[in-house]
Amino acid sequence: MLRKFFFTVFVVLLSLFTAVTVVYAQQSNPVFPTDDDVNAIAKKLYCPVCPNTPLDVCETQACKDWRAQIKDQLTSGWNEQQILDYFVTQYGEKVLAEPQRSGFTSLVWMLPVIVLIIGLGFVSLLLKSWRNRRNHQVSDAPPIPSITPDVLAKLEKELQEID
Amino acid sequence: MLANIGLVILFIAFLLSLFATLSSVYGGVKNKNAWVESARNASLLVFPLLSFSIIVLLYSLYVMDFSLAYVYDVSSTAMSPFLRLTALWGGQQGSVLFWAWIMSAFVMIVLLRKWEENRALMPYVITTSMLTTTFFIAVVVFITNPFSKLWYIPGAEDLIKTVFQPVGAVQYFPVDGRGLNPLLRHFGMIGHPPTTYIGFTGFVIPFSFAIAALVTGKSGEDGWIRTTRRWTLLAWIFLSIGLVLGGRWAYDVLGWGGFWGWDPVENAMFMPWLTGTAFLHSVMMTEKRGMLKKWNMILIILTYALTIFGTFITRTGIISSVHAFSKSALGPAFFAFIGITFVSSLTLLFTRWDTLKSEHQLESFTSREAVFVLQNMLFLAIAFAVFWGTVFPLISELITGSKITVGPPYFKKVTGPLFFALILLMGVAPFSSWRKQSLAKVKKVLLTPFLISLGATAVWGYVHRTHPFSIFGLWLVSFVFFAIITEFWRGIRVRMASRGENPLIALFKLFRRNQRRYGGYIIHLGVIMIALGVIGDTYFKQETQGTLKVGEALKIGAYSLRFDGLQGFPGSDGRDIVEAKTMLYKNDQFIRELTPRRDFFVVQQQPVTVAGVYSSLNVDVYTMLVGWETQPTQSVTLKIYVNSLINWVWTGGMVLILGILIAVCPSKKSKRRVTYVMKSNPLYFESFLGD
Repeated sequence: MLRKFFFTVFVVLLSLFTAVTVVYAQQSNPVFPTDDDVNAIAKKLYCPVCPNTPLDVCETQACKDWRAQIKDQLTSGWNEQQILDYFVTQYGEKVLAEPQRSGFTSLVWMLPVIVLIIGLGFVSLLLKSWRNRRNHQVSDAPPIPSITPDVLAKLEKELQEID
Repeated sequence: MLANIGLVILFIAFLLSLFATLSSVYGGVKNKNAWVESARNASLLVFPLLSFSIIVLLYSLYVMDFSLAYVYDVSSTAMSPFLRLTALWGGQQGSVLFWAWIMSAFVMIVLLRKWEENRALMPYVITTSMLTTTFFIAVVVFITNPFSKLWYIPGAEDLIKTVFQPVGAVQYFPVDGRGLNPLLRHFGMIGHPPTTYIGFTGFVIPFSFAIAALVTGKSGEDGWIRTTRRWTLLAWIFLSIGLVLGGRWAYDVLGWGGFWGWDPVENAMFMPWLTGTAFLHSVMMTEKRGMLKKWNMILIILTYALTIFGTFITRTGIISSVHAFSKSALGPAFFAFIGITFVSSLTLLFTRWDTLKSEHQLESFTSREAVFVLQNMLFLAIAFAVFWGTVFPLISELITGSKITVGPPYFKKVTGPLFFALILLMGVAPFSSWRKQSLAKVKKVLLTPFLISLGATAVWGYVHRTHPFSIFGLWLVSFVFFAIITEFWRGIRVRMASRGENPLIALFKLFRRNQRRYGGYIIHLGVIMIALGVIGDTYFKQETQGTLKVGEALKIGAYSLRFDGLQGFPGSDGRDIVEAKTMLYKNDQFIRELTPRRDFFVVQQQPVTVAGVYSSLNVDVYTMLVGWETQPTQSVTLKIYVNSLINWVWTGGMVLILGILIAVCPSKKSKRRVTYVMKSNPLYFESFLGD
């Protein structure tokens, strides 16, 4: 039943999603490359010299020069991937804001997923063991009665008297 | 001279806290009360002694005694007296001392208030908390001493900063200081360190009680949890305020139009908040159901380790490079302390593993217990992802030798879905009751909020159709919002039916009777509001940049910004200001003048970008002066961010704090409520009366 609930949520959201995607159309830029085109790429890079600063917001002269370089590269017809590759070759992998998914670096992506799976497995084992423990014992817990408004009103009244 | 007295007093404080640590262990193990009493008295003295050192340092900052290296580094004649005083936590030396001072204050409060009540635990509470205090005082005394002086050796290029006179050196008295880092001169950065430190040190108290409970074998009883509940909440509230203030500071000062950059320093603070939040929830389960006892221990041990780790990261700069680690003894000292305390706490926990048995068992996978366990696991998974992303650059550098960056895209992609699941659970959890829960009932109750949220999402989704992915987020916040409202409505309706109260009075009394529970819901509402702000920041943020001559305008969405001229003038605190005069229009309607500017701090040779911001509930127009030319004609490069919904982050932060205040506020009813618990079947009541 729970699955059905989530499935409904998913289907409804998906249809909304598709509906609006169709409506969506991007505007094209009048003059290429604008500062925005440059920043869109610089955003994916980190300043090679300053600690933890994205290239699009870095204020140093070096970063201004790098942004100017991106602009030149765009003007000469480079695409985004070529520019990113160029920066990686020049300054190393550390310029990429988003770590790569290959080599040793892929571990950064994989481990959280592995940990999550282990965590979910652990939780389900734990819950099962809690439940099994119950099966071995005689449950002395009384069943939970359903609370009707009448019962509730009565209880509230009694509580008020205790006040 | 005064500084020397401060130094001596600081050293005495170190000796006393070391004595308290050792004597409390000895007294505890040998069962010798006199030693424990003595440890208590020594601990009580540490606070006044550290206070004296703090006052000396504050005085030195106030009178600008630049012979002290610390005063020289963080203050200057151009700074206002108030700013000079806040420079106490503006640098490493001062802030570590400040940390130790807050810690000693907390220890003192615990020893004065909880002494009789938790007499059996006290020896080891003193040991644990005073060991932490001793470590921080030791760091202040031996590694990063705020009372170091400046020395000049003839022929040498740099000044030396030590406490004692090096051979052949003469003391150096600068005329003026270098002044606080200009970026830190903001109300957010003035309030952020103290609140963060209160949060960090606050968690040491529940940790100390947990360790004491383990050592004494009283961990199976949950007295330590009840005793430290308020401490946990206090720590959590201050850590939350610290996070909000830090975010606000970043937004106002760092000039990149955002409030959270997943920087190592931010993550360092976020991790203990995550595990602390998990702890806050898991102790509820122990209080109510006697379950998750081992789990609580693991969480508080983790939280403690992460608070020290957080201080370590912010204060040593190790994350930027492993090379920063070896620059001072601070890195190795912190590393060793975290390692030793973490390993020994875990060892202790495993030796006591069997005392921590659950008192109850699970009856259904849809009960609140199951939801709590899942929620805790999610918190921990997020904390792990953040931790892993934060330390991975170091690991990569150590193992492969290549430096990499783990930037916001990683954190957003990895934690995003986890936060989604967590917030969804937040909406569903209140409707599942302890022990067992019929799914049909939950569905029946949740159907209304679900349908309303779908309707709201459809409208919202249509308005924001340019950002299709935002729909999932918008559905989530509206669903959880309406779920919480439904929960309020259920409570109100019951009171209206049974007592004939009008809705407002019913709501008020609902809060009065169940402050913890309804305060908790208010906190959840705050979280929803923050989530809305984050959705705005993730999906609806627009930015553009362009170079303008006088009279030209830059367009973004419905807004346009006209540049009217540039002016330069000297400002306060030793800065030169260049300011662009711009006019903001929305759909050709004039809104207001904005003056983005660049402040150049002459002494520090540091530029600071001050954004011109037009702020309304739904949107912030955030303008920045990126560059300018005066030849041949005046022109400026401006950057504009249109930050939709960002103010929900701050509003949500305030609602969250309000919720905590409601939850912790002492109520007259709280004692009397005990009589409500029917002995035969307490759960029956608690399932709807409160938790």
